[in-house]
Amino acid sequence: MTSLTTTKRRFRLDSTVIVYIALIGVIIVGAVLVSSVGRNFFSDGNIRDILTGMSVLGFVAVGQTLVILTGSLDLSVPYVISLSSLIAAETMKGYAGNVIQGVLLALAVCAAIGLVNGLVVTKLKVNGFIATLGIGLIVKGYLDTRYKGSTGSVPAEFQYIGATGVGPVPISTIIMLALAVLVYLFLRKTRTGHHIYAVGGSLDVARLSGLRTSQPIVVAHILCSVTAGFAGLLLASRLGVGSPTVGSQGGYDLLSIAAVVLGGTVLAGGRGSIWGTIGGVAIFAVLDSTMSVMQVNPFLKDVVRGIVIVAAVAVYTGRAIEQRRARFSVKKEVAR
Amino acid sequence: MNKVQKAAITLVSPRGAVFLLLAVLLVSITVLNPNFADPSQFIRFVQRVAPIAIVALGQYFVIVAGEFDLSMGSLITAQVVIAGNLVGQDESKTIPVLIFMFVFGAIVGLVNGLITTLLKVPSFIVTLGMMLALLGGVLFWTGGAATGNPADGFRQIGRGGIQDVPVFEVIPYSVIILAVLLAAAIWFSKRPFGRTLIAVGDNVTAARFAGVRVWWVKTSAFLISSFTATIAGILLVGYAGVHPSVGRGYEFIAITAVVLGGVVLGGGRGWVVAAVAGAFALESLFTLLNFTGVPSTLRDAIQGAIIILAVAYSATTFRARRKGRTTLTSPTGKEPDLHTDQVRPAHTSPTAGTEHITKGG
Repeated sequence: MTSLTTTKRRFRLDSTVIVYIALIGVIIVGAVLVSSVGRNFFSDGNIRDILTGMSVLGFVAVGQTLVILTGSLDLSVPYVISLSSLIAAETMKGYAGNVIQGVLLALAVCAAIGLVNGLVVTKLKVNGFIATLGIGLIVKGYLDTRYKGSTGSVPAEFQYIGATGVGPVPISTIIMLALAVLVYLFLRKTRTGHHIYAVGGSLDVARLSGLRTSQPIVVAHILCSVTAGFAGLLLASRLGVGSPTVGSQGGYDLLSIAAVVLGGTVLAGGRGSIWGTIGGVAIFAVLDSTMSVMQVNPFLKDVVRGIVIVAAVAVYTGRAIEQRRARFSVKKEVAR
Repeated sequence: MNKVQKAAITLVSPRGAVFLLLAVLLVSITVLNPNFADPSQFIRFVQRVAPIAIVALGQYFVIVAGEFDLSMGSLITAQVVIAGNLVGQDESKTIPVLIFMFVFGAIVGLVNGLITTLLKVPSFIVTLGMMLALLGGVLFWTGGAATGNPADGFRQIGRGGIQDVPVFEVIPYSVIILAVLLAAAIWFSKRPFGRTLIAVGDNVTAARFAGVRVWWVKTSAFLISSFTATIAGILLVGYAGVHPSVGRGYEFIAITAVVLGGVVLGGGRGWVVAAVAGAFALESLFTLLNFTGVPSTLRDAIQGAIIILAVAYSATTFRARRKGRTTLTSPTGKEPDLHTDQVRPAHTSPTAGTEHITKGG
């Protein structure tokens, strides 16, 4: 038992450490490239750009990590983000007094969508990919039917959240990191948190160990939709209005999954960490900002992103597979 | 049990349900618009569905092997743009460009397959990266606005057909291509290759112990999916023209169609004909929604509800039948296949085939 926990801990530390080594590598390459065009990578403005770039994807990816840890997926996030921005902007109607109401209503609706996602996955036994794709399409249909364009407006006080910062660190990024700390504590210190890993590692073993396997999955889906709701609120605060296309334009569904996997979480579930995900998001942000400074063609950016995602994951999976192999062979010998 | 009963049971089973759904949809469309049943109209409908059906057919092979191919849509876009830019008005270039497109498709499939199998990167990530890289590359090459109008001879592949056929008036080439590919796919599935593919999708470890070259089997599945995406691209040039949005979202539509056809995500279970029927069911649904005047914006919502219901139906029915559970890697799930394989020569009808897969998977 002890040996098992230590291997697990060492593995988890390892993968997260690699993410940050990769991040440092990307920062060094970025800094060299940026200075080659006569700009300073570590200037306040650039750091603020990178951190701002991290915040929205960070929110989504933190939630996505939970869902992926349980072995599911959430493809409905872009539409949840748009819906959240619209509900917030419509409820606030530009009055500061409505801010709390708007935020709570938006998050409650998101939580409800997450609950539906979770129930469809656990009770109807629909694969997470299809369940969240379907629920996402339903929300998209609602958005397209109900809204023709940007609606509502957000009061100046609320816009403040997306626009200001402490030194070079934007408030939105601080909130995102605070949320990441909460989710980290949730995973490490609570029963449901441990069950999320257990269910993702092996649903059958978790059930045979006496876990109620649906509860962690439902909770993960709810939390994922809520964090996507936060991302929507942040986008509403930045745009000043709610927009029905803001989520799908960002491609947050696939990008967040890519960031999570880039952060060392195994797509099949059961292994991974929040800090790895944050590292993955940071790699994306540094990459994007460097390419912007270098004035890389926006289409080429996608090519680079695609290659980096595959290359980075290829580096890890080699390691992860070996770790897993070692554990299996030990088990087999015991069985004999 | 007589044949009629057997057929009825197959129809309500998850594997057969898609055919029932398709029949209901087609009848409803015909009731609303009697012209639809006219052979010449119907063949037009088949022509319109052909690219989606072909993409679904390719996606089937990848999904049944336990992988995903998210790059199909981007590959279609890339092929459409390549055709638009390279063929131009010069008809003599048609054949060389076609060869180039097939080679390009094969390279994409090979890269997807080899990275997935040899570097052990999840196919979801590999093909996601490929999707971004292909689309970005194509848009970069064309500067964001793809232009080019391939020669008529090239466009005839997707647009034209054999004229003056009795009953149908015209048989579009795309319908013939779909029929040929479907026949080839059924043949493939019956051969050792198809069986191995399903075995690999069901349990990689068991397949490896049985001596399967897993990397090659999975890579072949990706080669097939890229090949079908290339063909769909060639057909789409004919009647959708050259535009960077042609093919967008096809990967998700194809996955939806395949899943609607009762193929299980995660691999190991499914029938290629049902996957193609899934594509037809999906397109019939859209056609029906058009006729009934449902706002086009609700199309997505209805599509979403239908796929969830279809998969939930198949998942819960399996659960009830097995009294156990519907884990993708159920250790007992493979057992009945041994028996069905032995009796297989006795049944040759496609319905009997479904029955086996239903039980065996």
